This record gives sequence, C-alpha cells and structure tokens, in this order.
Amino acid sequence: MSTETAGPGPIVRPYGDTTGDGMVQVSFTLPLPHDKRAEGAALQLAAKMGMSPALLVHAKAMGPHFTFFVVYGSVTHLVDVREVEVVEREFPLLGSAEVNQAIRSHLGRKLVVVGACIGTDAHTVGIDAILNIKGFAGEKGLEYYREMKVVNLGAQVLVPELVETAREVGADAVLVSQVVTQKDAHIHNTTTMSAAFREAFPAGEVPLLVVGGPRFEEGSAKALGVDRVFGRGTTPGEVASFLVHELVAPRTVPDPRGEER
Amino acid sequence: MSSRRPALLDLDPAVVRKARSLARRAGKPVVDLARAHTTVSVERATLRLAGLSGADHEGTPWVNHLVDAVRGEVGLEHGVTTPVWDALRRGEAPDLLTLAQKASSGGVVFRLPEGRDLTGSRKAARSAVAKGVRAVDAQRRARERMVATVGDAPRTPWVYLIVATGDIHEDIPQAQAAAREGADVIAVIRSTGQSLLDFVPEGATREGYAGTYATQENFRLMRAALDESSRELGRYVRLTNYASGLCMPEIATLAGLERLDMMLNDSMYGILFRDINPIRTFVDQRFSRQVHARAGIIINTGEDNYLTTADAVEAAHTVTVSQLLNEYFAKEAGLEDWQLGLGHAFEINPDLPDSFRMELAHALLARQLFPKAPLKWMPPTKHMTGDVFRGYLLDGFFNLVGAMTGQGILLVGMMTEAVVTPWLSDRDLALQNVRYVMDAAGGLTEDFHPPRDGFIQTRARQVLSEAVDLLETIVSDTTAKGTTYPQPLLAAITDGTFGAMKRPPTKGKGLDGVVVKADGYDNPATALLEEGATR
Repeated sequence: MSTETAGPGPIVRPYGDTTGDGMVQVSFTLPLPHDKRAEGAALQLAAKMGMSPALLVHAKAMGPHFTFFVVYGSVTHLVDVREVEVVEREFPLLGSAEVNQAIRSHLGRKLVVVGACIGTDAHTVGIDAILNIKGFAGEKGLEYYREMKVVNLGAQVLVPELVETAREVGADAVLVSQVVTQKDAHIHNTTTMSAAFREAFPAGEVPLLVVGGPRFEEGSAKALGVDRVFGRGTTPGEVASFLVHELVAPRTVPDPRGEER
Repeated sequence: MSSRRPALLDLDPAVVRKARSLARRAGKPVVDLARAHTTVSVERATLRLAGLSGADHEGTPWVNHLVDAVRGEVGLEHGVTTPVWDALRRGEAPDLLTLAQKASSGGVVFRLPEGRDLTGSRKAARSAVAKGVRAVDAQRRARERMVATVGDAPRTPWVYLIVATGDIHEDIPQAQAAAREGADVIAVIRSTGQSLLDFVPEGATREGYAGTYATQENFRLMRAALDESSRELGRYVRLTNYASGLCMPEIATLAGLERLDMMLNDSMYGILFRDINPIRTFVDQRFSRQVHARAGIIINTGEDNYLTTADAVEAAHTVTVSQLLNEYFAKEAGLEDWQLGLGHAFEINPDLPDSFRMELAHALLARQLFPKAPLKWMPPTKHMTGDVFRGYLLDGFFNLVGAMTGQGILLVGMMTEAVVTPWLSDRDLALQNVRYVMDAAGGLTEDFHPPRDGFIQTRARQVLSEAVDLLETIVSDTTAKGTTYPQPLLAAITDGTFGAMKRPPTKGKGLDGVVVKADGYDNPATALLEEGATR
C-alpha cells in the first residue's frame, strides 16, 4: 500500500493500475518457430529487459520461422526524474503580427528564408507545411508573413544549388527538411549541408541553419553542425518565432550584410 | 471485378452526365496538346520496343545515347525512328545496338530521308517496333493463361501490400512471404528520387533509398518469383510498380514487356508533387496509358495524394474531379473500365464528428460514379500519429468502409505508418485486421442501403455538385486565352486548383525533353497501339 500523496517523483516507476507496480507492456518478434522453446526465449528476453515477473500473454506464429509475442510485466528499474535533461524551448512563442512587427522594427527589411528538401529526399510535406501559405495544424506557413521573403526550392535540391541560392537571395536562414532516414540519409545529408555552408560563407555570415524532420534527435543540432533541429509536430509559428529570436530580437550590432538586400 | 452491387446513392443521372461531359471538355484540349508533342522518353520507349536495351559502362542507357545523338543532328520533330532506321539501311551499323554504341561517340551521321528512303525506313522501323508490341501481346496472353490455370485472387477487394527494401534480392523473399500471408497484389516501392531521373537504371539493383529502383531486370526477377508463388498458392499474385516521373513511357513499356499487372499512373501526380513540367507529363502519360491498355495492365491513379496536402473534407470534390479527368484521359488512351484503379483515400480527420459517415459517403460516391472500375482504396496516413493502438483502430474502420462499399483494391494500412517501415509483425497484424473485417462484415454490401436523403446521400450529392462546380469553373476559365497555352485545365493547374500546388506549363522538370511534332512526324509504336495492329 502506498502512502504517498504528494506530487510525482523524484523516483518513479511505470504505472499500470497501482502506484509503484512498474507494469509495462512490450511486443516483439523472435526469429524462431512457435513452440515452448520460443516462449521460453521470449521470457528470457523480458527478464533481461528488467521485467520481473514477466507474463507472456500472447504468442503467435507468423509463418514457419517467426513468432510474435506480447509480454506484460513489472520492470525492476527505477527512474530518477532529477536526472532527466530536457531541451526547453529557448525562445518565446510569437503570433504572426508580433513576428512581422519585430522584423519591421528591428531588422528594417524583409527576413529572407530559403527552404529545401536536400539529397534524394522527395518528401516535401515537411518543408511545405512550414513554408506554404496553407501551413500546418491551423497555422499559416511562413509565406503568409508579410515581412518574410520565402524561397522554397522544393524537392531533391543539391547542396551546391542550395548554397548558391542562399547566397543569391541573401538568405538570413536556411530551412532544410529531411524525412527519409534509410541508412541515416538524414544525418549524412544534414552534415554535408552544414559543412558546405560553413565553407562557402565567412565565419559570422553563415545563414542560420535549421533542419526539421520526424527522426532527428532533440539536442543533436551541435553534432549536425546546424543551429536548430525541429522535430515532429513543429508548427510554422514555432519556426517563425525561433527565426525572430535568433535573427531579429537580439541583434545589438548592425547587420554586417547591410541594411537593404 | 466487383460482383456485389453497392448501395445506391440516388444520384441524379443528369448531374453525373454533366460531370463527365465537363471532364471531357477540360481534358480534350490537353489531349490535343499531347498529340502535337513528343518527348525524349516517348522516343526512348519506342526504341525499347524495337529491342534496344542495355547501358554503357557508366550506366547511361543506349536508348538515351541514341535519342540524344539523333536529336543533336536532325532533331526529334520527325520522331527518332525514321533517321535511325535510315542509318541502319544505309549500313551505318549492322544492328540497333551497334548503331547506338557508334552514335554515342558521334560516329554516325543521321539525316531525314526522303522519297523511297523515307518509306523504306518507316517500314523497317514499324516492323522492328511491332516485334516489341507483339512481345507485350504475348505477355498479356501469358497472364490470362496463368490466371486461368492457377486461379485468380479469391475475392475482392484484392489485398495490396507494399515491399520496399532497396535491394531486389531482399525484396523477393519479402514479397513471397507477403503473398503467402495473403497479399493478392505486391507493390515494389521505387527508390526515392527515381521519378526525377531522366533515364531508367539498368540491371538488378541492391542500392535504393526507401525503395528499389524500377529496372527491366528487377521487374523480370520479381515477376518470376511471384509466378513461383502463384503456382505454390494456387492464385495469381499480381505485381505493381510505378509508371510515373520523367521516364513514365519507358517504364510502362518495360512493365508491358515483363508482365507487370498494375501500374501507378496518375495524370497529374508528377506535375503536382514532383514539379515535372505539365506538357511533358501529359504527353508521357498518354503514351504510357496506350501501352498499359495494350498490355492489359490495370492503372492506379493517385487521388489519395491530394488529401495529404489538402483537407479531406474541404477538398473531397477535387478527388472526384481528378477521378473524372483520369477516367477521361484513360479512356481516350484506350484503357477499359476494368483497367481503371481510380484512387481515393480514408484521410478525414478522425476528431471530426461524423468523420466515418463522410468517409462512407465519399467512398460510395466513387463506387457509384465508376461502377465498373476496380477503384483503389488507400489507408489513412495523415492522421496516423504514432499512437499505434489508435492507428490500428483507424485502419479497422478504413477496412470497414472498404468492405461496405465494394472496393476493388485495398492497400493494407499499417499501424506503424509514419513510425517505421513496416515490420514483419506490423504486416501480420494489418492482414489480421483486413481478414477480420472482410470475414465479419464483407457481406454488409448486401444490407447496407443508406436511407434516402439521409446524411450519406446528401453528403455524396454535395461533393458531386461541388465537383461539377469546380469543373465548370475550370472549363470556363478564359484567363489563358490568347497565350501559348490557352488550355483551361493548364490554367487551373497553374492556379493551384489541385493539391494546392501551382504549376505553370512553362516551368518544371523535363521541359527541355518536350518537342513539337513536325508534319512528317512518325512513331510506329503510337501507330501500332492506336490501330491495334500487330505488324
């Protein structure tokens, strides 16, 4: 019987129907024909995952060589909430009017954004959700912002082409979307892109590099050589607010790239 | 294909007739435009029918070399075949392959023959291309024979499963396993980016991103493996690939030669979602559909894609409009009703009240408008959130609509959509879902008659009337009158009417491969396909 009535943690366990019961549920496939041995193997795996006791609730043959399992059990692990690191949003969320206002009064010209899907990735759904007027999740895309100039290069853009366009239009920020993750293509493409920008622009004049996609790890921006990573469910408003936070609001020295471009 | 009569919607036949006649009015000027042009890919496909295959050591196909060489010397305005067979008759090379190899290093002089040389070259070209057309005919007969001997899929909808590893030798065991698990149709997803390649890769391939390259050899290997599975299972397992992108006509041709059974082949997908030039697309599409018609291939259209960028309720009528246009273009190219796997999808936001009833209304509308077409029913993707449990339920409801409305082809939804490429267990669970719903509720087509003027009938009529309105707006758009491209449908595509994408006819990829036909243009493939001739 638990006597705790205060808020959760700092030490917590999974919750099934009783505080502290530690119950979890997993499903997996083993490359074994379905028999007693396979079921034993599934329980062994569950034990090694820290489930004790583990309850094999479902096992089903999938063809002659594979078996699918569902296992319930109590995990022995404890979670210390104090050790969890969270990337909190480091910028305030602004409405579109505030974004336009901030750009008008602090930048004094349009904020230039170039977007693309690079490499072989043809999935423009992410970049389009952020850039197209149509937008995403009920928010209009960046094209809708009066004080932004948006150049959407679309799918399968080559990195040199992206760098060239960014230079031509004087991009303040470059947004790259990566959906395909096979063989870590998203990581590879992103590092190639950031390296190319850092080589093509003098230090301090590299446009703000932003990547987005459903499979980027939070907090991996530094390792990828970019300024910010956005994950699944990011809305255009968040991206716009970030751009303002980074490029507009904190600028105390004049833009080295000149006033009007 | 569907033997069950679906419930009636009580649509006004006059409105349905009007919708079709407006689709024809919108489509006809585009067909005329397509007939007035050829493309590098159409010409390459013609050479493939004449038996030219293979590539140089860098992987550039010989058909590309030969078309480029002819284009460089005499242009493609008269078609590639006349100058090519003229060169062969003049003894520039002993055969087509050697000619292409010589031409690739600039070693052949091409000319436009006249008089007797012209008739002779045309005749020789026709006889060479006719061999390829007869090979396509033979594959169609082989399919019919095999379906008759081993048996067909036991019921509709056909269960359609996707395989995509990037490696054809991995795809094969996966496809055979999927067939054993109950798939009636196997689709091999193409490698990301193939649609924008202006050549067809050669040989068996083991490297692809999120899919496997469509090549003639990969087609052959997979069809052979599925023939084996068909015999083992006692039902013909169909194979699907993608005739889309810049090489649409060539891929259609290879599909005909290697006995693929269904091909994704939308009239506007490449324009809207791959930014391929509209003229290029319509020209390539017409040729590829003529090949599909001849090869007995069922086409699948891509209306589901509109709903991934636009709202499935607001834009429901754009799906209907696109289906009507796809039907018009398909029939004009010679496809029959049974070959029209017109697409539609279960993509309404499940949080909306009555979302399931609207899905039913939309699916019934498609069923009712195209009673003899197989129809391809596509699972939810946009509202699959990663909550696999909810996703499994949503797929169940998707299957239920499929069962209740007599769909012909059902693409199996995966609960891990948008999470991972399907695992073995995902596919197994998904097929259990389909089987349960079909066995439990497949017979509902008999009982289910939406009440007169009830929610479903009213909604279906509303979507149809919005579709008619949109078609009317499209055909009466005269803003492009007097310009190079006065076709109202092209103006509509320019304005972003479909999928919210704006695609003008003067832009997009592959435009440089479009050529205006001269008066003396000749293409024996088109002639054979349009005449239904074999020699």
